[in-house]
Amino acid sequence: MTERVVVDPITRIEGHLRIEAQMNGSTIEQAYSAGTMVRGIEIILRGRDPRDAWAYAQRICGVCTLVHGMASIRSVEDALKYSIPHNAQLIRNLMIAAQYVHDHVMHFYHLHALDWVDVVSALKADPKATSELAQTVSPHWPNASTGYFADQQAKLKKFVDAGQLGIFAKAYWGHPAYKLPPEANLMAVSHYLEALQWQRDVVKLHTIFGGKNPHPNFVVGGVPCAIDLNSDSAINAKRLAQVQDIIQKMRTFVDQVYVPDTLAIAGFYKDWFKQGEGLGNFMTYGDFPEKSLYEPESCLIPRGVILNRDLSRIYPVDLNADDQIQEFVAHSWYSYSGGQTQGLHPYQGETELNYTGPQPPYTQLEVDKAYSWLKSPRWQGKAVEVGPLARMLMLYAGNYPQAKELVDSSLKTLDLPIDALYSTMGRTAARTLETKIIADKMQGWFDSLIANIKAGDTKTFNETLWEPASWPSQAQGVGFMEAPRGALAHWIVIEHGKIANYQAVVPSTWNAGPRDVNNQAGAYEASLQGHVLHDPKQPVEILRTIHSFDPCIACAVHVTDPEGEELVKVQVR
Amino acid sequence: MTQFNMPTVGEQLRENGISRRAFLKFCGLLASSMALAPSMIPKLAEALEKATRPSVIWLSFQECTGCAESITRAHSPSLEGLIFDTISLDYQHTLQAAAGEAAEQARDEAMQANYGKYVLIVDGSIPLGNAGYSTIAGVSNLDMLKQVAKGAAAIIALGTCAAYGGLPQANPNPTGAVAVADIIKDKPIINVPGCPPIPVVITGVIAHFLAFGLPALDHLGRPKAFYGQNIHDRCYRRPFYERGLFAETFDDEGAKQGWCLYKLGCKGPITYNACATTKWNDGTSFPIESGHGCIGCSEPGFWDFGGLYNPVSLPSSLSSQHVVFATGIGVAAGVAIAALNKQAKQQAKQTREPVNVDQLNREVQL
Repeated sequence: MTERVVVDPITRIEGHLRIEAQMNGSTIEQAYSAGTMVRGIEIILRGRDPRDAWAYAQRICGVCTLVHGMASIRSVEDALKYSIPHNAQLIRNLMIAAQYVHDHVMHFYHLHALDWVDVVSALKADPKATSELAQTVSPHWPNASTGYFADQQAKLKKFVDAGQLGIFAKAYWGHPAYKLPPEANLMAVSHYLEALQWQRDVVKLHTIFGGKNPHPNFVVGGVPCAIDLNSDSAINAKRLAQVQDIIQKMRTFVDQVYVPDTLAIAGFYKDWFKQGEGLGNFMTYGDFPEKSLYEPESCLIPRGVILNRDLSRIYPVDLNADDQIQEFVAHSWYSYSGGQTQGLHPYQGETELNYTGPQPPYTQLEVDKAYSWLKSPRWQGKAVEVGPLARMLMLYAGNYPQAKELVDSSLKTLDLPIDALYSTMGRTAARTLETKIIADKMQGWFDSLIANIKAGDTKTFNETLWEPASWPSQAQGVGFMEAPRGALAHWIVIEHGKIANYQAVVPSTWNAGPRDVNNQAGAYEASLQGHVLHDPKQPVEILRTIHSFDPCIACAVHVTDPEGEELVKVQVR
Repeated sequence: MTQFNMPTVGEQLRENGISRRAFLKFCGLLASSMALAPSMIPKLAEALEKATRPSVIWLSFQECTGCAESITRAHSPSLEGLIFDTISLDYQHTLQAAAGEAAEQARDEAMQANYGKYVLIVDGSIPLGNAGYSTIAGVSNLDMLKQVAKGAAAIIALGTCAAYGGLPQANPNPTGAVAVADIIKDKPIINVPGCPPIPVVITGVIAHFLAFGLPALDHLGRPKAFYGQNIHDRCYRRPFYERGLFAETFDDEGAKQGWCLYKLGCKGPITYNACATTKWNDGTSFPIESGHGCIGCSEPGFWDFGGLYNPVSLPSSLSSQHVVFATGIGVAAGVAIAALNKQAKQQAKQTREPVNVDQLNREVQL
């Protein structure tokens, strides 16, 4: 017997994602991932000032609210060979790192946790036992008394008793897949609320340097915030002290709440270290330069591809090579003039929006045809996974000491082999561990910034190439970064001071894209294969694995220009 | 307000351990952010306490989730508690635990139980170019909006995309994106624009609606309490503008001393929002304070204002190198902008045409 299980909307993600699973009994035989929303941001970008592009591109996503702005800025700087001051590099590193720490913690508690944590079960917890558990898990975190948990539980009970469950309504509470004891559930629910408060304080790092969050401001050629220790209207000692305080708050929460909670929860779900891997191929672009982005050896996260879990061999990645990164549309709602079978490098992108799906309202997609607004990007024809697991594997393979130590000690604590990383829970744990590495690195970048200012360097902006009159008539560049969700790059073509072409291939396109021309599944699709659903009406298993990727759904928009003379490809989350 | 057989907000707050004092402090902050007289604080407190937790259904269309992220950033004493305890957020993709069929059931049940009474929040624009451009559970955005709007007491169009079409509608509007008000004509709509809106403005508007019903709106459907003031008029850098002192680059002496960002393209003079007074993220800063000009994100059509870094009162084809003479005419131009802006906005009210810089520039030149 085969039937189709459909989950739409996938909630607790960014964007619009639909999963269809073809069942064989209670086992998922094939899974299909569909992005169901397009906007067309890159066609909107055409003809505009490249210095403005970051603001438009940034609105691709308001969750990872920094990354598309940053990738855009870097693409323009790459095209113009535009260097930025060291202070600007350090401030950008701090802002990117703050995005990681903020985003990963929010993902864990507010988007992913409810797949593992049964909110209603927390009502049955013994506050005293919860206090003991909390103090065992995290001996130094202050919010751990019996009274504290009794209060939290009482609050929750009133909320539930009032009968208006709001965001907690209709979830799969009581499903046998939930394995945490009530005390662990109560602790996790309390930390859900604490994380909500914490995040709005630590996000102020973006506000200090970028004026607001979500959607802080950037500028091509540096950062918009000036440094002057003698001014009340610039980055001064007071502002820097605030930043130091935020870094400390971030590291404390990561060390004392996020890491211990992840390991504690993971310990109850060891079966999820055995499933949900998918492809076995991983890719990173690299990021967090100590000096310049163009000195790859100074990047904290290295660039490379790992194939078939073989950590002994790292393949190089060339973002400009025609035959390395290509996009396919065989199962996407676009058409290529050269036929649906070819793969095109982003610079040669040529595509047209072509919705051929069922007329809404529909109940099922035609998965043998086109079924998603996402394209299928491939590296040398291979589907690869990007994101925290790819990065941790790359750091581990490269013998980065802290990564080695964190991975090995976590596996030892959980009594698991290294292969356990290649799984749903391995992906979730990798996200937590990389958060610790990045949060710890923030202090070093901050110290360098202070030392630089102390040495008299307050430069934050390079004005030499600001005026378009100083640019070559033709230029093209790629802005890459490691976004929290994985390898991200924007490709830009500049002609006579205006954007001639703009394309973004985003992490969730790599992970959530549909099958390609050879019917190779994307990372989401591959990871769901073989999952057994306890109850197809309550597919919590699908949510667990999909959420482990932290979806941020790209919508790929590919449109002809108004004259129809030239086809341009644009791709939007 | 509609009565429910549910605990009131006041009861909820007390049950949840929020003290009367903390609650009044919150009301005080709320009143000041809503520009209410201090004498209104007890009335606000009373109204909030009596209000029950109305159902809120939140639909996300062509959006980036920045608006939903923004509401999670809302500070203020006990604000988090208030958000959770003031409304019953029955459908919200980013936060809700249920997914798929269960999520849609939650929406259906909330609509049925609260028909005619729930508040509908919409973020994101609605594509009319093709029903397949954006769907939820296989249903087009247009159909879902019409279906849910039907039983709503009022609609909050959250963010510039829902309020005015926003980024998806920017030239050449590839998906035929439109605003909520372009589709729904028979319900009160409160536009809360911004990209995203300021966190406490979102919660402030919700609180205002619960306490007093519909707020007074300007000609663009925005609550006057938050969008009644021009950013340039309220900007702490305004005195430098008056004295003709402008930052020329992002880290020159002027930038360091907090001089006016007018010549770096600041859109403060044509933007109405609370950034300069309320500021962002617990009053930490706002774009101009952190050195970047305002991009005008709460105004219709701001994405087509003609360049982030082009000064508003000058032809957009000129770059900042060529605007040295602007120093002298700065004050006069500012006054002219204010008058013309009013005029253009008046016109916009009738035609719902976005006010853009080109228009203003043309008029300045005339």
